[in-house]
Amino acid sequence: MAKIRIPTPLRAFTDGAADIDVAGGTVGEALANLLDQHPELRAHLFNGEELRSFVNIFIGDEDIRFLQGLDTEIDANESLRIIPSIAGGLK
Amino acid sequence: MRVIIISGELQQRVFEQMEATYPNEGGGFLLGAAEAEALTVVDIIQVDNVFAAEEQHHRYAMRPQDWMRLEDQADERGLTLIGYYHSHPDSPALPSDYDREHALPNFVYIITSVMMARAADMRAWRLQPDRSRFDQLTLEVL
Repeated sequence: MAKIRIPTPLRAFTDGAADIDVAGGTVGEALANLLDQHPELRAHLFNGEELRSFVNIFIGDEDIRFLQGLDTEIDANESLRIIPSIAGGLK
Repeated sequence: MRVIIISGELQQRVFEQMEATYPNEGGGFLLGAAEAEALTVVDIIQVDNVFAAEEQHHRYAMRPQDWMRLEDQADERGLTLIGYYHSHPDSPALPSDYDREHALPNFVYIITSVMMARAADMRAWRLQPDRSRFDQLTLEVL
């Protein structure tokens, strides 16, 4: 199965697990499967049906936004990683 | 856990970094250890502000690749990425709506107010799990 690495602050919603096995042939399907297993992640990854702007999904060193986004096809043993873009500042 | 502990030496390093980046915002990661009653900052790692140069006086952003690299380093050192720090030049150490929209729960946000190029205040915050607001943590400087 493919794996998704969870960023440290969100591991509280995966019972502390850093890597979650997921099913699916695309990034979107893999994320949907992740949310089926750990629904509390949804609010922090998605705003409606869209990935939050500061949430990046990487396959190796590649950001899926520069591939086919959530439609990017993945291999059965692909390693995905959720990486927040830390940002802050005044209004 | 509502207490975060930082040494005076690390706090001073944050202040010096934030004063050096003034009038722009600066920031970095907090590495530490989580215990039953408190989070302890063990190290800080400065990370470049990659927001557009003309916006850096009120915006801070870091590359996702920096997160990846530092999270791996923390794992290798047996530490945890417990939070991030940044400055608010000439403004209070209070989180903005922009901070909240870009925040994660279970993560400490340390904000340093830098007034007229001098670090004036440091406060620690954590996002509520429902994303509705930040709660202030007790910051203990040892």
